[in-house]
Amino acid sequence: MALTTQPKLDAQAIRADFPIFEQEFHGKPLAFLDSAASSQKPRQMLDAMTGFYETSYANVHRGVYQLAERATEALEAAREKVRALLNAPSAREVIFTRNATESINLVAYAWAMNELGPGDVIVATELEHHSNFVPWQYVAGRTGAEFRLIPLDEHGELRLDALDELGDVKLVAVGLVSNSLGTVNPVERLTAWARERGALSVVDAAQAAPHRKVDVQALGCDFLAVSAHTMCGPSGVGALWGRAELLERMEPFLLGGHMIRSVGVDRTTWGELPHKFEAGTAPMAEAVGFGAAIDYLEAVGFEAIEQHEHELLSHALDRLAELPWVTAYGPPADRRAGIVSFNVEGVHPHDVAQILDLEGVAIRAGHHCCQPLMRKLGVAATNRASFYLYTLPEEVDRLVDGLRRVKQVFA
Amino acid sequence: MSAEFEQMYREVILDHYKNPRGHGEMESADAEAEGQNPLCGDEVSIFVRFGADGDTIDEVRFHGRGCAISQAATSMLTELVQGRSAAEVAAMPKDELLDEVGIPLTPVRLKCALLGLGTLKVALHKAKGTPLPAEWQGMANELELR
Repeated sequence: MALTTQPKLDAQAIRADFPIFEQEFHGKPLAFLDSAASSQKPRQMLDAMTGFYETSYANVHRGVYQLAERATEALEAAREKVRALLNAPSAREVIFTRNATESINLVAYAWAMNELGPGDVIVATELEHHSNFVPWQYVAGRTGAEFRLIPLDEHGELRLDALDELGDVKLVAVGLVSNSLGTVNPVERLTAWARERGALSVVDAAQAAPHRKVDVQALGCDFLAVSAHTMCGPSGVGALWGRAELLERMEPFLLGGHMIRSVGVDRTTWGELPHKFEAGTAPMAEAVGFGAAIDYLEAVGFEAIEQHEHELLSHALDRLAELPWVTAYGPPADRRAGIVSFNVEGVHPHDVAQILDLEGVAIRAGHHCCQPLMRKLGVAATNRASFYLYTLPEEVDRLVDGLRRVKQVFA
Repeated sequence: MSAEFEQMYREVILDHYKNPRGHGEMESADAEAEGQNPLCGDEVSIFVRFGADGDTIDEVRFHGRGCAISQAATSMLTELVQGRSAAEVAAMPKDELLDEVGIPLTPVRLKCALLGLGTLKVALHKAKGTPLPAEWQGMANELELR
């Protein structure tokens, strides 16, 4: 048996870092089972942002005074942390954006809108979050390209056997982990398939990067999008990684200050990477918070986080299987992340979520920004419980107890 | 169970949800509309039949899918508006229905509770040209009433 050097994660100890858990809701401790929508924040991250504002804040890059240099160093140190997190070859390839959605829109506007036309095919999947679906549907409509989807099988996994019917594919857009079903997609196989055809690939890692090591070189993708807010960082900042040779060839996305080399009355030339894609004042404190969140997650260890969530998921699937009136969607535990979508027979998800809230259990009810997937499942909405490093097994038990109460009320 | 719980899912709500009044289709209705709440995918279709005077609401039927709040509130609505004129219902303040529902509602759940009333007002507007008050026009966009 292999020696394990990774210490097991102590979720109780981790919770002490998260101030949100100090309060009660409806007189009960908060069982926050909605981390896929956005994660809670550790004090270390909050302190880093406050500290930046208190000691290092000025606008970055152009200032010659010491304080501006300090702010610039903090922003660039955060960029380096994102680079290392994603194992990107160069920090020049890491562009700060508002969130993963904006990262994907950057590729849609600055690459796809200029490069695609009639006869080209953009491929997404039936699992995609609207963030990696709507931009491509729109680009197809605007450029005359065709928008096609890789279908799902009955487990909510991609049907790779359907790939060869897709036509002249120029772009493949796929999520690494589904926000709705937790499916871990075979992204390496899809990017290899895309490369063989000379197509580019865009990976939405907003639901993967919080939970597992994401390596852009191992994935073999061309672009990858993350959001800080799903991974213990602040809202308002995300990142796009893209291969330098592509980013260099691309037109800019947002225009204005900072992204220029020189501006004349007749003509403006663009700045170097990554600045060419970072118009306007950067989300500086947010980027610093993003960097601190990465430090926090690295200190806990991604293997430990993934293992912890896997145990929670297996426990949740076992406990939900005790309830014959609950239908859970998605693949088996070994091929998914810590996300469980389910429905309670005869009870609308809003009512389930409302009753659980009164028990101090926070889950999400709705279409999870996946309306095409909901249609495929034949439901208007589902309940979704999602786990993170601070989730306790007893919170899964509280979910199950709450569901028994739901059934009792609506019997 | 907590007092909050008792308030939210009080007996009358669950009764209307489990045994909705006026539930079903109506053939050759005098007025009808469909409403949808894109936030949660709730849907409701409303059908109205007027009496001999062509103006007094004789019967309202509805069907759809949604949470207990939206379905119970629409069920209550069918009883509330019977015997009233189209103009009266068009002018009916939303608080009249909310008082009947009688539970505290967060902004998200408020949209659930008002889906049926908004849809009914759109149906009357389409059939009778009754005004859609400004607040309902906003609601009409948000709830995607058709």
